[in-house]
Amino acid sequence: MRGEERQRRTPAHSRALGWDPGELGAPRPAPRAQGTCRAARPGTSLTGARGCAPRPRWERALSRVAHLLVLVGTHRAGRGAPPERTAFPTTKRQRGQRPTGRASPFGASVVAAAQSSHWQTPIACAPGLGSAQPPAVGCGLGAGAAAGGAWEVQRLPDARKSGVKFRDSHWCRALSLRPRKCFLCWGRWVQGSLACWSCLWGCSGGDGPRRSVTSPRLPSSCPGWRRQASAAAGPGRGAWGFCDIVNMSPTQWDLPVELCCRPMAFVTLTGLDVVYNAVHRAVWDAFCANRRADRVPISFKVLPGDHEYPKCRPKRTSYEWYIPKGILKTGWMNKHLNLVPALVVVFYELDWDEPQWKEKQSECATRVEIVRQSLQGRNTKVAVVLIQKKTPLPPGEDVIASERAAALCNACELSGKSLFVLPHTDHLVGYIIRLENAFYEHAQTYYYTEIRRVKSHKEFLNKTTHQLLFVRHQFKIAFFSELKQDTQNALKNYRTAYNLVHELRAHETNILEIKTMAGFINYKICRLCFQHNTPLDAIAQFRKHIDLCKKKIGSAELSFEHAAWMSKQFQAFGDLFDEAIKLGLTAIQTQNPGFYYQQAAYYAQERKQLAKSLCNHEASVMYPNPDPLETQTGVLDFYGQRSWRQGILSFDLSDPEKEKVGVLAIQLKERNVAHSEIIITLLSNAVAQFKKYKCPRMKSHLMVQMGEEYYYAKDYTKALKLLDYVMCDYRSEGWWTLLTSILTTALKCSYLMAQLKDYITYSLELLGRASTLKDDQKSRIEKNLINVLMNESPDPEPDCDTFAGKTAQKLWADRISLAGSNVFTIGVQDFVPFVQCKAKFHAPSFHVDVPVEFDIYLKADCPHPIRFSKLCVSFNNQEYNQFCVIEEASKANEVLENPTQGKMCLVPGKTRKLLFKFVAKTEDVGKKIEITSVDLALGNETGRCVVLNWQGGGGDAASSQEALQAARSFKRRPKLPDNEVHWDSIIIQASTMIISRVPNISVHLQHEPPALTNEMYCLVVTVQSHEKTQIRDVKLTAGLKPGQDANLTQKTHVTLHGTELCDESYPALLTDIPVGDLHPGEQLEKMLYVRCGTVGSRMFLVYVSYLINTTAEEKEIVCKCHKDETVTIETVFPFDVAVKFVSAKFEHLERVYADIPFLLMTDLLSASPWALTVVSSELQLAPSMTTVDQLESQVDNVVLQTGESASECFCLRCPSLGNVEGGVATGHYIISWKRTSAMENIPVIRTVITLPHVIVENIPLHVNADLPSFGRVRESLPVKYHLQNKTDFVQDVEISVEPSDAFMFSGLKQIRLRILPGTEQEMLYNFYPLMAGYQQLPSLNINLLRFPNFTNQLLRRFIPTSIFVKPQGRLMDDTSIAAA
Amino acid sequence: MAVCIEVIAKENYPFYIRSTPTENELKFHCMVHTSLDVVDEKISAMAKALVDQRELYQDLLYPTEDYKVYGYLTNSKVKFVMVVDSSNTALRDNEIRSMFRKLHNSYMDVVQPLLQPGGLHPVQGL
Repeated sequence: MRGEERQRRTPAHSRALGWDPGELGAPRPAPRAQGTCRAARPGTSLTGARGCAPRPRWERALSRVAHLLVLVGTHRAGRGAPPERTAFPTTKRQRGQRPTGRASPFGASVVAAAQSSHWQTPIACAPGLGSAQPPAVGCGLGAGAAAGGAWEVQRLPDARKSGVKFRDSHWCRALSLRPRKCFLCWGRWVQGSLACWSCLWGCSGGDGPRRSVTSPRLPSSCPGWRRQASAAAGPGRGAWGFCDIVNMSPTQWDLPVELCCRPMAFVTLTGLDVVYNAVHRAVWDAFCANRRADRVPISFKVLPGDHEYPKCRPKRTSYEWYIPKGILKTGWMNKHLNLVPALVVVFYELDWDEPQWKEKQSECATRVEIVRQSLQGRNTKVAVVLIQKKTPLPPGEDVIASERAAALCNACELSGKSLFVLPHTDHLVGYIIRLENAFYEHAQTYYYTEIRRVKSHKEFLNKTTHQLLFVRHQFKIAFFSELKQDTQNALKNYRTAYNLVHELRAHETNILEIKTMAGFINYKICRLCFQHNTPLDAIAQFRKHIDLCKKKIGSAELSFEHAAWMSKQFQAFGDLFDEAIKLGLTAIQTQNPGFYYQQAAYYAQERKQLAKSLCNHEASVMYPNPDPLETQTGVLDFYGQRSWRQGILSFDLSDPEKEKVGVLAIQLKERNVAHSEIIITLLSNAVAQFKKYKCPRMKSHLMVQMGEEYYYAKDYTKALKLLDYVMCDYRSEGWWTLLTSILTTALKCSYLMAQLKDYITYSLELLGRASTLKDDQKSRIEKNLINVLMNESPDPEPDCDTFAGKTAQKLWADRISLAGSNVFTIGVQDFVPFVQCKAKFHAPSFHVDVPVEFDIYLKADCPHPIRFSKLCVSFNNQEYNQFCVIEEASKANEVLENPTQGKMCLVPGKTRKLLFKFVAKTEDVGKKIEITSVDLALGNETGRCVVLNWQGGGGDAASSQEALQAARSFKRRPKLPDNEVHWDSIIIQASTMIISRVPNISVHLQHEPPALTNEMYCLVVTVQSHEKTQIRDVKLTAGLKPGQDANLTQKTHVTLHGTELCDESYPALLTDIPVGDLHPGEQLEKMLYVRCGTVGSRMFLVYVSYLINTTAEEKEIVCKCHKDETVTIETVFPFDVAVKFVSAKFEHLERVYADIPFLLMTDLLSASPWALTVVSSELQLAPSMTTVDQLESQVDNVVLQTGESASECFCLRCPSLGNVEGGVATGHYIISWKRTSAMENIPVIRTVITLPHVIVENIPLHVNADLPSFGRVRESLPVKYHLQNKTDFVQDVEISVEPSDAFMFSGLKQIRLRILPGTEQEMLYNFYPLMAGYQQLPSLNINLLRFPNFTNQLLRRFIPTSIFVKPQGRLMDDTSIAAA
Repeated sequence: MAVCIEVIAKENYPFYIRSTPTENELKFHCMVHTSLDVVDEKISAMAKALVDQRELYQDLLYPTEDYKVYGYLTNSKVKFVMVVDSSNTALRDNEIRSMFRKLHNSYMDVVQPLLQPGGLHPVQGL
């Protein structure tokens, strides 16, 4: 094979194929870098053509990304893009043939392109990798100084999602717990990691834990890690930690680190001097720094060029006689992860123009040869990287380069594909990324051949002797697939391997090995399933695994091993599940990692139990010597085998004695395992999970288990802390059975620590009604409690550790001798003590002169009667506390004596009622008296005293629930004797009001409603004392009742003095008017005047307060009593005033005419139910009005009854004012009035009424007639008409008189005349009445030529149209004759 | 047969528990108590969805290694929880349902105040 290759790799060969030496070494533009497929140079048309092969779209897109990378790395010489590296295709095969076994994800065309133009390959590879799970970010590791180290990146599924953040937080947690020490060797740690440099970079060597923990990320199955993480992530409250987190050495049950890590291709770099050579150092840094998700998953390691790789065993030619000794060798996985590289890269500094080329070339060839020697028999690839100072020229330009490259390939027996140039320029990282992509391809080819190699063994195997090999090979294939990053095939092969494992013949001797391997493979399958985002597959696989293995217990003597293994299986799965969740998987309440941790804890508990029963050897049994568990190498050869019979496949025990010793050794070792710690860790993991998935009860349940485990581990403080923390949850939900069980454990803890207060508290509750303990248990606890109260030691709790019990007894003895505070106050609102208490005031309110009474009901639920020493009640006003104390000066030993006598004794099941009485303070009138607490003391100060403190009027943690239950219950209560009550029927009444003494006076109001607006309304208050003694300091508060409409307050005024009108300054409410003292039976009267400015109803309050001396409970007290009366008074208008304007003819006027007299008529209608006296009235005219005659009141001292009215009439005239908009003000009408019934000295009220405005109009002509008031038949009736011209013009007036049947007349019947401005024309007529009665006068018609609007209708307003004519009398009326 | 039956009030305190074998009563108590987490979650999910609750049977609440826990919720939010041995494959969903229905009926007989005064006392049981 090698010979063939060598033949092909001749420069001549390459030339023959058209290889232009000029291309050698000269940078060749990367076609992809152009973003197109065209050939960059004519000379490379073949390449270009290949490059043009159709590519998937995503690949093109990604190549553009790569293009950027290229530009970063190759900005130079204006020649487009120089290559990241130059490669030297020298063989024919590379030109077209597709190499076998290359599994590129890009399909054939891409592969072909990659073959011909090598610089494309890394670009093309990158996206493919990106689509696989990218590696996790190795934070903290990076450009540090490191000598010849290895570097691995552990890849996690989709680290992009997880981000660096969570990683960091984990780190911080871990670091905060274990700072500054390497977790492996306790050396100085490296910033941001958990390990020291030597462990991080530790060069090879299969020694112990150093070998592969180079990633900063600890594998999740590492016990120390898990413990730390869970401790840090543990529940927030309660600061329980772990007893011992230092113990970090992995136990045999932990999965090996190399199994849990993510396999990555292993590539070694030789020829780099990273300590002394800065260039090499930079190269190494570029390889290992900043390995993000987009970098290929390779684990690099720097090794010296002459490093000895593990020797390859000679190839087996036949399997015929071969019998395998076990399934999987313990070193195998590590060997392929960290020791046997897929590719060895030889770095060598050599420029193309090196003067001593020959020497250098041969040195390089030697180096390659040395590496090849060391790898004899392996398929490991070798590649050479020339570190060059100069940037290579474009391909084809550097003739020497191509020549020398070919020569070098030849000398080193390398294919052109394996020779790379690394110009050491500015763009190192870009070159390095290309390089490692190329390495990755080589590595994949290597693993592919490895898989083929393993597969090729298959045909030689037979099913009888090589069963183990079937599993082994299948596992190896799967593992190599993983290294090749082919997770789908890996999963498939692991599944096959899993099935094969279970086909193995199982026997007690090999069951452990089978289980171990099944566990390993199961782990891998589940891990890959989660990685492929098929969690249900993972869960199904795990269930199958558990179901298959559950019953494979193996040796009964070592059955704890099975439990340990089971526990580990669950834990590892929980870890995987949790890891997947952190990377984005969603879990649900009923399917979350918590269940697996819980189950793991359950198996750990089982392990503990089994270990306890199987490993209870006498102390005299010595650990066997020589140690059967020791092996020569310190490690086992095969996973899961017994150290004392490694490689023995026989099911018969060849040496039973040896077996016995081995079992004993394991048992003795198991005895030293800190089981509780394991259990607690698992439980706390589960708690954290259940907390996350909203399972509060599950969380509590697990915390109880944790508490119990702490109890077994004798860490009573932590046990108590946990138990105490969850108790309230059970209490609040009323799960008494569970609570009792927790309390029992808690009591033991407090006993063993001699924690007095806790001991007493738990005892109190265990005796109470919430406890489901049997009576004998309760009796015991009660006895202990009484002992403690008498300052004696309690009896030990049953089932306690004997040693701890002894310590406890000492502690108790110390407690007894200790003087000091022996009084404990325990608030009962948070638990359910055995004494119940309810306080009930007899009434919701008490008068201040009556003693306040209340009952305290007490009930004990303990089995035996118990005596209390003191009961005191506290109030919000502490002055009452002194009255409500029951105390009995009893000695400590009296607690038990005469238990049933006296009220200080509580008989179980009986309700004890204690009556308390006190007189309230007069200051507390109107206040609430509240019972703030009830304190019941058990024991006394000389011994120990426990004070139970009920907040408010009693009730404890269970009370509200019981009340609810009682309300729902339909159960009829049996009848009890009169003096007993049902406990449930007592309702707590913890507060009462103190109200003032009942007054014994009468208050009468005398008044005449309704009140009239603005009047001084008289209210007569009569107060009469009916008290037996004199009352003092009588005070009257009267007026508008507060709390009504604010407007009322402003319009209501109260005074005691009715003689003067009150104004706005008077208040609405008169307060505390001293009235003096009153003797018994005496009566006093007080007048009160109220003036209401507006109508409406008002509430008036009359409040009389006084002081009186009285006695309550033989105590002299001064009581303040008060009585109030409220009255609602309606206020009404006293009268309505109507005003109208009429003409001189008493005709209604819409408007008045300037200068023409008119009448103002007022009409005052009484609306008051009471008689009113109008004292006087007054008309106050506005300046624009003048009076025609005198304005005398016409209604003075008129008394108006309801409904009566008083009218007045005033003749007024309005001078011409021109046209006034809105009319002319008339003036005010003022009425002075009072109630007729009012007393003399009551002031008169003036009510002012604003008169309406009137519209004034000018008329051109005013006519008034001068005629007698009546006529007489056949007697002359002289009538004179006066016509006044009111305009400034000469008026033409046409006058005509129309005859009337009732009159004859003389005078001008028709006339036309002129009237000068301002003058008056008289027209005289003599009418002669012909008929008696009310007769129509001959009508005067006037027609004004200038004012056609002046109609006769208007005229009729001024002049009479008819007259009364009397019949002819006997006596001659002289005046009428004279007038005629 | 179910190995444990428990009736739980709306406020989550236990009304009644009966289990075989009795020495393991505490364990069943714990199991039933923790299963209330799931019931609570279902109730709150129902309240959120605002759907009319027709289905009283609440299905398998959660499986443990050895037992299966089933739940049932009455309209007044009284919960019935039944623990069944995991190995008992004879009990299918339908059987569980009918067992719950029977339990519901007998519960109704006991608590129905109009039929029988003096129904249920919370702690002492039925």
